Amino acid sequence: MDSTTEYAIQTKDLNLWYGDFQALFDVDIEVKQGKITSLIGPSGCGKSTFLRSVNRITERLGYVRTEGKIEVMGHNVLDPEVELTQLRRAAGMVFQRPNPLPLSIRDNVLFAYRLKNGGKGSRADEDQVLEKALSEVLLWDQVKDRLGLRATRLSLEEQQKLCIARLLPVKPSVLLMDEPCSALDPEATRAVEELIWRLRGDYSILIVTHNMAQARRASDECIFMLMGKVVEHSKTVEMFVTPKHQETADYLEGRFG
Amino acid sequence: MADQPSRNRLEDKLDAAWVWDRVAKYAIFLGGISAIVFVLAIFLFIAREGLGFALFDLDVGYFFSSPNWRPTAEPEPQFGALALIAGTASVTGLAMLVAVPFALGSAIYIGEFATGKTRETLKVLVELLAATPSVVWGFIGLTILNPLIIEVFDVPVGLTVLNAGVILGLMAAPIMATIAEDALKAVPDTYREAAEAMGATRWQVIRQVVLPSAKNGLVAAVLLGVGRGFGETMAVLMASGHSVNLPTSPFDSVRALTATIASELGETAQGSDHYRVLFTLGILLFLVTFVINLLADVLVRRGDKKQA
Repeated sequence: MDSTTEYAIQTKDLNLWYGDFQALFDVDIEVKQGKITSLIGPSGCGKSTFLRSVNRITERLGYVRTEGKIEVMGHNVLDPEVELTQLRRAAGMVFQRPNPLPLSIRDNVLFAYRLKNGGKGSRADEDQVLEKALSEVLLWDQVKDRLGLRATRLSLEEQQKLCIARLLPVKPSVLLMDEPCSALDPEATRAVEELIWRLRGDYSILIVTHNMAQARRASDECIFMLMGKVVEHSKTVEMFVTPKHQETADYLEGRFG
Repeated sequence: MADQPSRNRLEDKLDAAWVWDRVAKYAIFLGGISAIVFVLAIFLFIAREGLGFALFDLDVGYFFSSPNWRPTAEPEPQFGALALIAGTASVTGLAMLVAVPFALGSAIYIGEFATGKTRETLKVLVELLAATPSVVWGFIGLTILNPLIIEVFDVPVGLTVLNAGVILGLMAAPIMATIAEDALKAVPDTYREAAEAMGATRWQVIRQVVLPSAKNGLVAAVLLGVGRGFGETMAVLMASGHSVNLPTSPFDSVRALTATIASELGETAQGSDHYRVLFTLGILLFLVTFVINLLADVLVRRGDKKQA
């Protein structure tokens, strides 16, 4: 992939329909490389839909139609020649509820890696990949003695960290996170936020959140969406101090949403 | 206390709702334990008729080792069940070879690939197929498969292990498919989504995530099919040729345990040795089914522990 582009994700005139219902209207979004960009807005404003259209996981539903352009690292992902498996490795996704597969911790972390390599690798190689990924998410010391444990038996915080760790071995350029802390308690939220902040720079991160305080303390840029449209996109500091639009100001102050 | 009225309201009142609550509670309780009661009753009945004979009058060694089933021979009837056991086992075994791929295939297609109308239509059709009376299957075995086998394989008889196995397989497949599809449907969609979001193809998702998670339910489906095969009577009676025989190839006619009971019980005098040995066959069937279920349970539990 081309790493000279300034933007990790760039969309142009993105329109999306669920059947007859239009969920996104002419969305132009630019997500800078190596930064954390948060997407905020009231429920149903299209922020999750936008996130899920970037790795085209929206297409699982079967009745979704997308028009326009979505570029990930300079490649149009709506191009019919794009291979979904490649795209999804380049743009890893973290879900609202931690969703480790019902396999061991080890098999979870190596899942995508093995798919990419077409099967299991050598033990030594896999051990190395495993330790690196789990260390990156600060989970290695906690789980290194029980790598055979079913991942679904970990605490929610550990599960969510694992769900981030399993994306890393295939070297994604973008991480898409859909309210990654909303199922976690405050302590776990803090830990996962810190982790996300650590990954900043190495990865470009787009994070959907309901929690404005989280957007404020844990992102570089902020995009405010309303009714399927982008209202405002600016530096987080600026948006929270001097919003340019009345709707943004109203939402940030909790007058609706 | 001062606020008398509010205390009254908390007391149990004997009104219509109270009565209906009790009635419903006991009716549901009865329904719940009825399964246990019936199983016990059936077992007691069969045991009363056949257990005494099996324990005291029957040469058990002969019963299990001799293929000679001559229950009406004079002066000395012969009760060797080996051929009947082999008949049931061979037909059921072949039936599973036929049914498992069909059942798993259709369950995976309906559960994981088909969408919308196709899926609904297929589900209804499979359930309809599962509800086909067994005598209809037996009829198909007699009139369609029989001449077909004779022609294709150039053999003198078409009512054989092959015929009964195929018929029984086709018969068991829809039920197995229905249960297997339920097992697949019980796998949370978040697993599929997670795997797809990591770049897994449809088949990789099924192979590496869905099937392992649904394993217990799938094993249950297969064992249910085995149980069905063991217990099926009419279709096997019609398609197997019903001749006492130790099968050496799929083109031999055989006789099943169930079919033997069904065809002979009406001709025996109640309480005679012949009558009682048929109940012994019943006990055998009962025990085998019991062991299969127990085995399934143990396997499933062990699998659970391993994963945990």
